Amino acid sequence: MESDFILKVKNLNVILDHQSIIENLSFEVKRGDALTILGPNGAGKSVLLKTLLGLIPYRGEIEWAKAIKIGYVPQRLPFIKDIPISIRDFFNLKRSLGKGTEAILNSVGFKEDFSRKKIGDLSSGQFQRVLIAWGLVGNPQVLLFDEPTTGVDIGAEETIYNLLAKLKEERDLTILLVTHDLSVVYKFSTEVICLNRQPICYGPSQEVLTPESIQKLYGGEVRYYQHKH
Amino acid sequence: MDTQFLLSLVVGISVGGVAGFLGSLILGRRMALVAGPLGHLTLPGIALGLMYGFDVSLGAFPFVILGIVLIWLFEMRTKLPMEALTAIVFASGVAIAFLLLPVKQAEAALVGDITQVSFGEAAVSVILTLLLFFAIKKIYSKIVLINISEELAQSEEVNIRKYNLIYLGSIAIIVALGVKMVGGLLTAALVAIPASSARNLSRNLTQYSFGAMIIGIISSSMGILLYKLTGFPAGPLIILASTAIFLISMIFKR
Repeated sequence: MESDFILKVKNLNVILDHQSIIENLSFEVKRGDALTILGPNGAGKSVLLKTLLGLIPYRGEIEWAKAIKIGYVPQRLPFIKDIPISIRDFFNLKRSLGKGTEAILNSVGFKEDFSRKKIGDLSSGQFQRVLIAWGLVGNPQVLLFDEPTTGVDIGAEETIYNLLAKLKEERDLTILLVTHDLSVVYKFSTEVICLNRQPICYGPSQEVLTPESIQKLYGGEVRYYQHKH
Repeated sequence: MDTQFLLSLVVGISVGGVAGFLGSLILGRRMALVAGPLGHLTLPGIALGLMYGFDVSLGAFPFVILGIVLIWLFEMRTKLPMEALTAIVFASGVAIAFLLLPVKQAEAALVGDITQVSFGEAAVSVILTLLLFFAIKKIYSKIVLINISEELAQSEEVNIRKYNLIYLGSIAIIVALGVKMVGGLLTAALVAIPASSARNLSRNLTQYSFGAMIIGIISSSMGILLYKLTGFPAGPLIILASTAIFLISMIFKR
């Protein structure tokens, strides 16, 4: 098998509560890819990430490269604010706390002593960055990022993607990113899967995102425009 | 100072402290409500213990296990609201206690009585609570992670079933021990109130978990001292001491 292979998915089907959530999905991820999984709410995007992590039963094939380390950034953690927990506490829950917490927090842009802060006191954008840092503990080669659909401060979303792009560069990361936001694809990704239970398009972002495929994906609600940067 | 009083104090401190410690985990899962029906369910068991003269904690224990199975069925299987279970179990438990027991003993079942605790009972309580303390300390961070998100815990390869089992087992033991102290009616408060106070006062997990334990110890000691001074039943006094600390913690909320 070629050395830059990270993940191969073939004929993936996921059924939850007798409902088909993902149907016949096949794709491949190579090292250094930034794959965006794009689709409307309820399209099965988050389920796909969880399935790839092995948290949900499935039919079909999921094959990860051998000995690969995966970091996971969940969509949201609604219960974490129920208890007094500092950022450092949260990192101490992690299995493999190899490199120091502070160093990882620094790399997502927080200064010294930030780890003593209570998670309940963070803004949603700060919390998002803490989650990313948490996902980076143990130096994973792959980061699965589930985008929060609501509750991130205005303006913070932009910087999250800048941050992910920076981390990808610095740490030689392969990123699988779930979003409902079309603009993220153009800013960030090399490959895209359009998912609405069934795969609607798959390939290099600039090629496969046509007005037709987007209309099919979102049922014609979204107007197509392409950023020229 | 007489021996009986010391024995009560030892039981109060050990059970109150560990109940507070465990309570800090229970609050995190919004499960404080669960401790309520668990306590109330023990009433028939306490009644049996009092009628036939064996340790009420021993009588309570099988009923707590039954309660945990019931909760599991209610929550996981039928998704009925927990309030329904609370109401049913609460009413039936109180009814059974009054039906089976003379009023004086019914009081002991409902609000507890540690003023007559024997040396053997005290020794068993201390040993069990010590074991519980270490067990809870060992599972603490895993349960916190499970409380925050089961998926995150799974992605960290935490064996959720295993830790939940130890966790529920710990709840069962602390409720069984707690009924002796504060009775079937008030056990939930023994678990929930110190943790609520600690939550108001702390900024991290260490402060929170050990704070809940210390507040549990202080409440129990204060309650038992007040019993000595006033002659009112110790169980309700322990809970009221705990409530007083909670009210003070509201002022200093962080």
